[in-house]
Amino acid sequence: MKAAGVKEAELQAQFDDAGQQERASALGMWIFLATEVLFFGVLFVGYTVYRLAYPEAFVWGSGHLDLRLGTLNTAVLLGSSYLVALGALTASGKGTSRRARLFFGAAALLGCLFLAVKGMEWYHVWEEGLFPGRGSSSNSFQEGAEGGRLFFGFYYVMTGLHALHVLIGVCVLAVMAGVGGPLGWRRRIGNRTAWELAGLYWHFVDIVWLFLFPLLYLIERSGG
Amino acid sequence: MSEAAETNYLTAGSSLRSWLLTRDHKRIAILYAISITAFFLVGGVAAVLMRLELATPGGDLVASATYNRLFTLHGVIMVWFFLIPSIPSVLGNFLVPLMIGARDLAFPRLNLASWYVFMAGGVLALGAIFAGGVDTGWTFYTPYSSTYSNGYVVAMVAGVFIAGFSSIFTGINFMVTIHAMRVKGMGWFQMPLFLWSMYSTSLIMVLATPVLAITLALLAIERVGGIGIFDPAIGGDPLLFQHLFWFYSHPAVYIMILPGMGVVSELIACFSRNRIFGYKFVALSSVAIAALGFLVWGHHMFVSSQSVVASLVFSLLSFLVAVPSAVKVLNWTATLYRGRIVFSAPMLYAIGFIGLFTLGGLTGLILAAVAVDVHVHDTYFVVAHFHYIMVGGMLMAYLGGLHFWWPKITGKQYSRRWGRVSAVLVFLGFNLTFMPQFVLGYLGMPRRYHIYAEQFQLLNLCSSAGAVILGLGYLLPLCYLLHSLFCGKPAGSNPWSATGLEWQTASPPPEHNFNGRPSSPGEPYRYDRMGKEGGSAEA
Repeated sequence: MKAAGVKEAELQAQFDDAGQQERASALGMWIFLATEVLFFGVLFVGYTVYRLAYPEAFVWGSGHLDLRLGTLNTAVLLGSSYLVALGALTASGKGTSRRARLFFGAAALLGCLFLAVKGMEWYHVWEEGLFPGRGSSSNSFQEGAEGGRLFFGFYYVMTGLHALHVLIGVCVLAVMAGVGGPLGWRRRIGNRTAWELAGLYWHFVDIVWLFLFPLLYLIERSGG
Repeated sequence: MSEAAETNYLTAGSSLRSWLLTRDHKRIAILYAISITAFFLVGGVAAVLMRLELATPGGDLVASATYNRLFTLHGVIMVWFFLIPSIPSVLGNFLVPLMIGARDLAFPRLNLASWYVFMAGGVLALGAIFAGGVDTGWTFYTPYSSTYSNGYVVAMVAGVFIAGFSSIFTGINFMVTIHAMRVKGMGWFQMPLFLWSMYSTSLIMVLATPVLAITLALLAIERVGGIGIFDPAIGGDPLLFQHLFWFYSHPAVYIMILPGMGVVSELIACFSRNRIFGYKFVALSSVAIAALGFLVWGHHMFVSSQSVVASLVFSLLSFLVAVPSAVKVLNWTATLYRGRIVFSAPMLYAIGFIGLFTLGGLTGLILAAVAVDVHVHDTYFVVAHFHYIMVGGMLMAYLGGLHFWWPKITGKQYSRRWGRVSAVLVFLGFNLTFMPQFVLGYLGMPRRYHIYAEQFQLLNLCSSAGAVILGLGYLLPLCYLLHSLFCGKPAGSNPWSATGLEWQTASPPPEHNFNGRPSSPGEPYRYDRMGKEGGSAEA
């Protein structure tokens, strides 16, 4: 249905019609996500290189991560993605509505929960003396195999970059949910495409985590 | 003509605010043009100081620590703050919407943001330079940059990181605009070749720049936070940095040459009054160069500890890039054949480009051969080679394009005689500067030293003398182009009798580019059908 799409008033001067504007916005978002894939791609390449070089260290490091919290966070993000999908679907039918805003708001809260849990995990690992950066004693790394420090380097950098994306995503979802209403932001972003694009971004953030979780938490866990 | 009476994009508002908050792609192009000219002058001053120092074998002018900072400054500023944004952000920004008959780029606000991001990065990099500089070279190799160098590496790297986002924004904007906003009736193969090159360039910007960004971020994290990813002390691999760096920086070489190729295609067709020979081959060779460019980064690392097998594969792939490049050169030459060639200033630049690019490309083949590269690696041979591509190629094309579209951009005609003089000066000065460096490199003079053996002095003197001529050649356009702004004759909407939608509108174009709809373009480069009367581009 075109009815819920871009209204005449929202058509920007450079576009001929609403269809063109929607196509352009969606394509722009997809290309942006491609750049994001390459952002994370560098870290995945580095991870692969070092995991091949130091397999024992990666098993050792993975064993020091909290599997329960990691699994909880995976469920939290999957749940939030489900809510975002529902919100975008609602908005694609009727445009901006109270229901769509509620879905996105709830997803943003789950995003906050994810960040809180993640912060706890970082703190635990740091308490164990496994923070790889400056100011940590290197003693804790002595018991592990060579390269253990590298594993935790990747752990902090990868989950850190991902958490930054979650944070940006939470802000986007919150604005869509109406947090920026008093500032007059909602009028500008009220069209269907905006809901779809915000959803796309959140799903991307979710998918990155679906790769990070097994790579970091699930190395040779089957043996207990 | 009555054009002058109507408002155009330049007269639409004259307050500073109307410039700094503009979303008009044409004004943003002007903002970029002014900024990159300033950066070019900064990088140029460093080059002048280096050539002065190298006039004598001893270290008479600067100490080696200063010299290291000079060539780093020169590299960083010229690569990221001049060459990469030059044609895309100035000419591309101005021309992409005009050439496809659109009113603006798809995301005008993102376009303006890209300029601010670029300036933020530039200010940070300049700050690092004035605070004391960086001595790592523009390549920032680890572990020197991450552990041992005592310069302002983090600030410099942050500047490049931030400026990278302006590339990404521009790339996204161009790709979406070319995909979604072409005027009715313009298919992919009716597009001017400049747009094909812009599209290929954008592809590289979008896919390669994030790799550089995150690699530099890792370097900064290692330096500041001690989280070592490339640190050999904890088992890290500094060579990984080189792989990741060149995964961006080799394609970035094509960011620096593909736009130039696009400009030259336009110029050659217009000034030989001929249909471009083998349009589809020229168009698709841009895409082929962009794609192959991602597969050859290892040829920068033949003398690192990279395996011999890897080196051989990278060598073979590097030879392959020569094929689409040669396709372009041969097709340009074939376009000249039986054309009615007019030696105007833009054409002189374009022909100079073909010669210099060919030389730069052929010496690239010598460097791509593993055995020979071991001999000439890190010598002046390499320096001469990439200057033939980047300066002889890209800078010539940028100046050629600027001379070609200047009447469109400003509505003014510059002195055509001075235009030709500067084109010839640049060509001669360039060759005198860099031809001796091929010889120097082959004889074994290493790059990046400010003291050298006495037998190299004559050639170094030639090179420094050439640099003076070259500098003069670059300063001339600055004078007569600026002069034309105030005293130039009105240019008329199509002074070169060129095809292409940008010439259908007034010079300078109105705020939204076209009054009404531009007519459907049909086949590009119909110069042979224009007939004698409408089809002469006077010199």
